[in-house]
Order: sequence, then C-alpha cells, then structure tokens
Amino acid sequence: MNHLKQLCRTPVIGRNVLIAIARSLSSKVPPEPTWQEIDESKLPEPTKIDQDTIDQLERLALVDFANKEGIERLEAAIRFADQMFLVDTSGVKPMDSVLEDRELYLRDDRVTEGNCKEEILKNAGKVEEDYFVAPQGNIPLPKKEEYKR
Amino acid sequence: MLGLMLKETARLLSEGKVSAAELCAACVARARQVQQLNVFITETYDTAQKQAAESAQRHREGRRLHVLDGIPVTIKDAFSTAGVRTTCASRILRDYIPPYSATMVQRLVDRGAVSLGKTNMDEFAMGCGSVDSLFGPVRNPWRYNFTTTTTTTTNKHTRAIRDSSQDSKGKNMQMRTMHHHHVTSTEDSDWFITGGSSGGSAVAVATGICKAALGSDTGGSVRNPASYCGVVGLKPTYGLLSRHGLIPLVNSLDVPGIFTRCVDDAAIVLGALAGHDPWDSTTVPDAFHPFSLPEDIDVTHLHVGIPKEYHAPHLSEETLHTWREVADMFEDAGAKVSQVSLPHTPYSIVCYSVLCAAEVASNMARYDGLEFGHRGSDESSTEALYAQTRHEGFNDVVRGRILAGNYFLLKRHYDHYFIQAQRIRRLIADDFKTVFDSGVDILLTPTTLSPAWPYSWFVKADNRTRTEQEDVFTQPVNLAGIPAVNVPVALSEAGLPIGLQLIGPSFQERTLLAAAKWVEQQVNFPHLQLPEP
Repeated sequence: MNHLKQLCRTPVIGRNVLIAIARSLSSKVPPEPTWQEIDESKLPEPTKIDQDTIDQLERLALVDFANKEGIERLEAAIRFADQMFLVDTSGVKPMDSVLEDRELYLRDDRVTEGNCKEEILKNAGKVEEDYFVAPQGNIPLPKKEEYKR
Repeated sequence: MLGLMLKETARLLSEGKVSAAELCAACVARARQVQQLNVFITETYDTAQKQAAESAQRHREGRRLHVLDGIPVTIKDAFSTAGVRTTCASRILRDYIPPYSATMVQRLVDRGAVSLGKTNMDEFAMGCGSVDSLFGPVRNPWRYNFTTTTTTTTNKHTRAIRDSSQDSKGKNMQMRTMHHHHVTSTEDSDWFITGGSSGGSAVAVATGICKAALGSDTGGSVRNPASYCGVVGLKPTYGLLSRHGLIPLVNSLDVPGIFTRCVDDAAIVLGALAGHDPWDSTTVPDAFHPFSLPEDIDVTHLHVGIPKEYHAPHLSEETLHTWREVADMFEDAGAKVSQVSLPHTPYSIVCYSVLCAAEVASNMARYDGLEFGHRGSDESSTEALYAQTRHEGFNDVVRGRILAGNYFLLKRHYDHYFIQAQRIRRLIADDFKTVFDSGVDILLTPTTLSPAWPYSWFVKADNRTRTEQEDVFTQPVNLAGIPAVNVPVALSEAGLPIGLQLIGPSFQERTLLAAAKWVEQQVNFPHLQLPEP
C-alpha cells in the first residue's frame, strides 16, 4: 500500500519501486492461508467410548491406560481422525508401502549366522536353564473397577 | 576447529595439520561445556578417544579409511549400538544393551568415524519437541543463557560463558546455578525447545560437538529439530538407507536421517550410508552412486514449485516472509518458479496420525518384559505382568498411541479408519507424483510453522496436540516416501533460526541437495558461534 501512495505522489517512478510492486503482486507464495474451515456438521457424531470397548482395548493394548485421561485423549484422537471422512476416496486403492511397485529382495536360503544363545539371553530379566520365564498364561486380565463410566 | 565443516576438517586431518585425537578431545570439551543442554543419554567419550587415537595412527601411516575417518559423530538413541546402552529415551529400555549394531552405525564405524555418544530424543521418537524423554528435555542452544559454577552457593563464584550470538541483542546474562548431571528439573524454563524427536542430534551438530549426527525421521523428526536448531537436516528417500537396527516406530514411514552444518557435508555422509542392505528387505537393491556437489550451481534450468496448501493456518509472519524471499531469490536467478497444488495436504496430518498409531500399536507389542527390557514384578499372570511392565515402562504418549492404534485396528473399525487412512495416503503420494510429473524439479516450503517455541509455552498442551499442529509440513513427505531437506535460512527478530524445506522426487537426492546448496550459498546463514572451551 505504501508503494502505491509513493507512485501517486512522485512524478518519476523509480525502477526499484516498480519492481517491488511487481514482485509483491507476482509472488508465487500465497499471501493468506489457503485451508478451508472444517465443516463440523459434515463430520460423524463425536465418539463416546463405552465400557465394553474400554475393557476390550485394555485386554488388547495391555498398557493399563484406560483411565479418565487416557480415554479423553483417545476420544480426541478419534475426533481428529474423523476428519478423514471429508475426503472422497471412492475408487482409491489403499497404499501399504511406497515400494509397492518393486519386488522384495530375497537372499539365498543359507544359514549365515546363529550360535548366539548367550547374547540373546543376556538382556532377559529372568532366565532359568536357558529358558525365558513367564508367569502362567490363560488367566484373564482383572477388570479395573475405578474406570467404570 | 569446532566451527569447521566436515569437509574442511577431513582435509586438515588428511594433511596432518590436525590429529584425530586433538579433534576428539576438543569435541569432548565442547560437549562438557554445553552439558546443560542435555544432549546425551549415554556418553561414550572413552571409546571415542580410543577410536580417535587409532584413527590418528592410521592417518600417520597414510592408511586413512575414508573421508569420515576420525570425524566425530553422534547417534540418536534409537539406533542399536553393540555393547552400548540403547534406550529410545524410555524406561522400558533403560538398561538394554544391544548385542549388535544398526547398519547405519556399522557403516560409520567401518569408515573410522568416532562416536561421542547416544543422543537424547522424545521417547520412542514420539513427539516434535524432544521434551518427553526419561532423561529430561533437550534445550536449544540458541538464546540459551549458559552458566558454569564451581560452587552452588554465592554468585561470586559463577562465571558466565558468553554466547556471542546474543551480543547484538544486548541481553544481560542471568547468573544461575546448574547441576552437571542429566538435567531433569525444568524450574528455569525460559529456554527454547529443540524440536523433535531427534533434538539431541540436532543440538550436537549445532554446537559443534560433532560434525555429523544420525537421526530418524518418521513425520519430520529430523527436519523439525534441524529447523529450530539452525542446521541441515536431510530425510532421504524411503528405501535408500537401511533401517536394520533402527528401533522401529512406523515401519512404512521411518527413515534414518542426517544432520550436518552444511549441505556438502550431508552429501558426504549420505554417500557413506546409502545403498542396499541385505539385512533390511525394504532397502532397494539399486546401486547407489555417491556424489559431490559442484561449487557453481546453475538454477536457470530448475523448475521450483510452491505448493499453495503449505500456507497453512498459524504460519508465522517471519517464516512466511522468509519463504517468499527465497522463492523470489530463485526467480531472480532465472529459475522457473510456479505455484502448484497438493490438494490433499490438509488431510495428510490426520491420515498420518491414524497410520502412525496403528503401526505403533503393532511395533510396541514386542515390549512384554520377558526377553529384554524392563520387567514388572506382578507374576500373577502373563497378561498382568505385560500390562504392569508396559504401564511402568512407557510414558503417557506411547501408551496413548498404542491405545488409539488398537482402537483403529479393531475389526469393526479396520476399514473405516485404518484402510481409509491408507487410501488417503495414496492420494497424498499421488499429489506429489502429479506435480513432479508435470515438470517441477523441487518444491520449496516452510519446514515448521514458526521458529522454536519457549519450553514453558510448548508444554501447555499435550504431545498429541502439538504433533497435530507442528508436523503439518513435514509428514506428507514421509507418507509419500520422498526425500526432503531443511536448510537454515535466516534468524528471526528474536534471534532464533528459520529454516525452509526443499522436497524432491524419489531417489533424486542429487538435484535436491544441489538446490539446497544453492540456497545455502545465497543466504549465508549466521551459524551458532560459541567460544572455544
């Protein structure tokens, strides 16, 4: 805007001024943000996770995080992910890997290493007679009462 | 010596003007001088000095292994290093000592590079601040008030290290006492974040502790801290650098990345690291030819694209201005500069968040406490032990992502969330392909929304929210698997680095780095100057 004022006032238009005007009018960088506002009405209803799902996730994830804060964070993550439904993906194939057009390298089926029992067992917390030790399996994870909603 | 580029240092070493042992000692002294920045999780100074002595011997006998022989480097603590603790900044791996080295590490070692230590990072590379680490946050050296103390009592005994980059700003040094161990307290929080997740590596290069550093980039974890710390951060094409031994976050997005002070150095390190690895079947078997960049770069045949969607909401005025200036620089020098469109950009970060959570849920399943790592004490059942181990071992961020990932992968949600994200991924990758196929050679965009944030502001929102905000310009590149580099361009009014990102087509690192070097030559970025220790 300053350049324009100058232009009107001075009879001799400096070359630099002209260049500056031309530059700001032709810059390829957009002057304003170009994103559209998200139309909230187009999104599905915000997800509220029910108790059964919480229990199921606890059993699958095994991180003991289905407390109030954990569930709120999860619901926020789901809400964010819901924005994906504003995109038309009909006819689009899912992409697993950017290398999908290439063949995986396969090496010769020859044994080239092994005999490293010591190294493999070295980092284990509990070892007995060269076995990794685990508590009994097939016992369902106890449900946590305080996370009921 | 500490301010020299890798290329120059290698020349001095080969001419015998400097010995590898002297260089290593100087770098260790620098590392001690800036210990407050919390760069290292594990220091390996003793081994480094031994390696340096061996390198010095090789140089004396004229048996130099490679241009990297004797060059100090640092390694993000997500890369396995045989015999040296590797933690991913997590309690679950706090005492884990790998029995093997990552290929990237081995290639550096085989060429005689001297590793000073494992650098600090966000836990399991989840984050864009390097603040969520078991070992405390990493601090940005820019605008940092360094102090040293001989006692912790009176101010009389404190001596400030003058940070000469602050001279023109006329700021007063504040005297404060600091501890010389892992800095976990954050009472004095008027410092700036480094960005993440490879913050430690970025700072190591910025402060001159090393000439090159390894990082990893899944959604921007090399380019983001490179932007905040004023260094070159290269994310090569997916499949060019081996991930064997890089503790995985998202297998289809992770790429080892390179930090250096200048673009020429990045090309040198890339030459040493790139190429097929039989241990990583996602590396391409194509032969890689190391290259060096010319001094005189002609951009008149270059077609630079400016993707309009990269003017995203909350882009800072200063970053926008810098972007515009460099775009104009290209045009004034005769390059063809056009505005282009990558229409699905606004959905990229959403798609990334879903794919990331899903692959994380899968990758983190290996941490059960039985074969390695932290093990809980609840022996009542396997599941109880797993849940307790993982609850104790992982921080909130990691556990939150695992939970979200498991949600998206439930059978009833699989197509709805996970497969939908994979469809959007294809749209993102196709957007780039269309633009490059139309004749554009490289894209010029901002790297981050703004320069580095103050720590006190950054931690007001949780990690998930920050990642959602700050990874906007970097993660689409990971989804498409293409190469990109951050080039430091200017300093903000507040004296913090502003970087710009150049993006190229797959396996076109040579063109990408040539353009990056040209920008570097034009802008003459004022690198961080610290007094010699």
